[in-house]
Amino acid sequence: MTLRRIRDASIIPALAIVLALVLGAVIVIFSSPLILGLDFTLPLVAYKALVEGSFGSFDGVISTIVNAAPLILAGLAVGIAFKAGLFNIGAQGQFLTGGLAAAAIGAWLAHAPGIVAIPVALLAAIAVGAAYGAIPGFLKSFTGAHEVVTTIMLNYIALYIVAYVVTGPLRAVGATFARTPDVGNASLPILVGGNGHLGVVFAFIAIPVAWWLLYRSTIGFEIRTVGAGPDAARYAGMRPRLLIVITMAFCGGLAGLAGAGEILGLTGYMPAGYSTNVGFDGITVALLGQAHPVGILFAGLLLGAMRAGSGLMQIEAGVPAQMVDVLQGAILFFLTAEILVRYIFRIRARSAKVSELQTVAETYGGQAAP
Amino acid sequence: MVVTQAATRPAALEMRGVTKRFPGVVANDHIDLDVRRGEIHALLGENGAGKTTLMNILYGLVTPDEGEILLGGKPVTIASPSDAISQGISMVHQHFMLVPVLTVAENILLGEEPMANPVFMDRKGAHTRIRELGRFFGSEIDPDLRVGSLSVGWQQRVEILKALYRNADILVLDEPTAVLTPQETKEIFTVLRRLTAEGTSIIFISHKLYEVLEIADRITVIRRGKVVGSRIPSETDEDDLAELMVGREVQLTVDRGESHPGEPMLTVSGIQVKDDRGHEVVHGVDFEVRAGEVFGIAGVAGNGQDELVEALAGLRKPSGGTVQLSGRAITGATPRRMHNLGEGFVPADRHRFGLVLAFPLTDNSVLTSYYRPPFSRGLVRDDDAIRRHAEKVIADFDVRTPSPTVPASTLSGGNQQKLIVGREFFGDLQLLVLDQPTRGLDVGSIEFIHRQVIAKRDAGAAVLLISAELDEVLELSDRIGVMFRGRIVAVMDGRSATREEVGLLMATGGREGPPPIIAEGAA
Repeated sequence: MTLRRIRDASIIPALAIVLALVLGAVIVIFSSPLILGLDFTLPLVAYKALVEGSFGSFDGVISTIVNAAPLILAGLAVGIAFKAGLFNIGAQGQFLTGGLAAAAIGAWLAHAPGIVAIPVALLAAIAVGAAYGAIPGFLKSFTGAHEVVTTIMLNYIALYIVAYVVTGPLRAVGATFARTPDVGNASLPILVGGNGHLGVVFAFIAIPVAWWLLYRSTIGFEIRTVGAGPDAARYAGMRPRLLIVITMAFCGGLAGLAGAGEILGLTGYMPAGYSTNVGFDGITVALLGQAHPVGILFAGLLLGAMRAGSGLMQIEAGVPAQMVDVLQGAILFFLTAEILVRYIFRIRARSAKVSELQTVAETYGGQAAP
Repeated sequence: MVVTQAATRPAALEMRGVTKRFPGVVANDHIDLDVRRGEIHALLGENGAGKTTLMNILYGLVTPDEGEILLGGKPVTIASPSDAISQGISMVHQHFMLVPVLTVAENILLGEEPMANPVFMDRKGAHTRIRELGRFFGSEIDPDLRVGSLSVGWQQRVEILKALYRNADILVLDEPTAVLTPQETKEIFTVLRRLTAEGTSIIFISHKLYEVLEIADRITVIRRGKVVGSRIPSETDEDDLAELMVGREVQLTVDRGESHPGEPMLTVSGIQVKDDRGHEVVHGVDFEVRAGEVFGIAGVAGNGQDELVEALAGLRKPSGGTVQLSGRAITGATPRRMHNLGEGFVPADRHRFGLVLAFPLTDNSVLTSYYRPPFSRGLVRDDDAIRRHAEKVIADFDVRTPSPTVPASTLSGGNQQKLIVGREFFGDLQLLVLDQPTRGLDVGSIEFIHRQVIAKRDAGAAVLLISAELDEVLELSDRIGVMFRGRIVAVMDGRSATREEVGLLMATGGREGPPPIIAEGAA
């Protein structure tokens, strides 16, 4: 029963990955220097390097996990919102504002003891990300503004807030380029390897916490009910408007935490042109993980591994590291083109059996067959 | 007379040995059905008996595994609804497939626009033909009226006109009277008789046994995918048909016994409610429901009952008036508070309000009580307690399901409803609000739910029953209020009120004159 459910949920993501790898292989073949003719073994060399770079050594594994951590948090920020029927495109903005808050508080407390500076900076990032996430939730609940539109706009606003703050009020004196001052004692301690920082732990703690909240708590039940049946939620005495705000704030907090991990754990400051797409990649992670915390864990690890292995792939196969962006894009494409995947692999839609059974069992008083 | 004539007529449609298997179920098991020219052939069966599948096969929506279909004696293949239409088969669904913002003519012509030239439609010619068709069948209608402004009875006629416009020889009517008043039903029956006199064959699907007995020339009963019997109305009665359908003896009317009304439990005074567009649709209604009695509200759908119920369930804020539950003011209270004060509520739309279809039965069984012990303490849900509760509801209310963990969407309508009723009837209740509690259910499930209602009443609960099904109101209510255009126009004793009396009040509100073509409140 449970096994079947896992199989049903993971079959499309798995096949999307397979198709993306096939498509990627084709692109790799044609990207090889044409003077030497097409090298049909190149994809194998490239993928082998990708695996070696991400899982082939201790440092590779650490790098995979460090890369995966923010993707997992951002994936949860998108995935949990999915459960409430919300499409949180704004994880990027929540990630940026959270990161900025961590950078600002971290710089402010750079000389305070780490035991004080670190928690304060982390909490500030969570609070700011949550507040930034709550805005579209609030707009949706009380004005009906669609969260897709508002979160996209808020992403731009976040981008320019960061640019302004970093080049203006918080610009580090004496730095060669526009950036915030070092976070000093607020940097997260390195626990393992070269950059296995404390922030990574939070990502892996967030998985079971999110799972428990969604599936074992009353508030998670309310969130899922609002997503699956908003009118039924109202009927059941839940408060959908409030729940939408709470969910968006919770998701924003997770994305903010991801931002804090990157700033406090890796860079140590916020540069003006901070150009990561963690928040957007979170959408791919959430979709690939089917919005389930465990799925998001694996999806985050996969994308993290691809990032970690891309360097070795470039060195050994001469395939540009950007190839992993192509793969990630292809995965997202095949995930959203589920019908195409089902057609290619001749898989009957999961709902087909239900709907046929429903035709049998459906009452004439229920819905007539289409 | 009609019967003997019809019996000698040639067959318009024959379905022979039609079989359709779905995984785990044989939906149609070698079904034979013949419909003669100019005959009204009723198809009876419980939900899930296989009527839907059989009609979907006829209409080209489902491909049969075995069997053949003959039209006028010739074997045909019907691969799609457009095949069916071109062969003269039309289907009128219970849920009207009309576009409310379009006019009568536009709805009728949709997909079959007659062209005057390659660019423009022959609107004039089409209008003339629609008027003629309408006049011929006693339903002349202005083709320029907006469908959304018509009463349901007239919308039904537009559906039938649509089929006639496409030259239907065989007309399938799926519960055509479900939403009609007794008067409207009579008028539709007249239209149907005129159609058959012209040679159209009608397959009539209904749950209402007395209607089938009144209108049909022949009756075929299906149970569990098989034809279990054929009857001629003059040689059968309701009990016989019900027994054939269900496969056991059924008590059609529940023995409601004596009621012993106590203190007023629900007191509604001068309540006013607005609809979604901000128009007041309940204009100051007063009534009370006492402990241990069933107060039924009869009325044609759309006379303000939905809004009234939503106000009493906390889903809509009344714009005026007061509501009291056992002496406590609950005007405009939240659904949570109403539930905590002992109000159980079975909503009319079970898919939208009553259930979360994607969730398992366990979660659905505690949808309105998940937040309190023993189902949860604080933030922590107790899954074992929830499962035990679901199992109890399933057992007590005879919900047929393979397991409590399957999604609610996999259950049949009747079983979904029994789950909701089981959930809402649980525990000590002060007040039960039942909105269309048996809509679309089969005889067996209706019988069961009606018994439970009476049991709750006898246990001392006040029951407010709102139903468009007049028979249900008559059968269960100790007192009946008739709702018409947002007002309760009469309150009657439930035991002495007659169908005709209540039906007339439903249709006219006690005023003289024929029922309106244009629906109330439509602008």
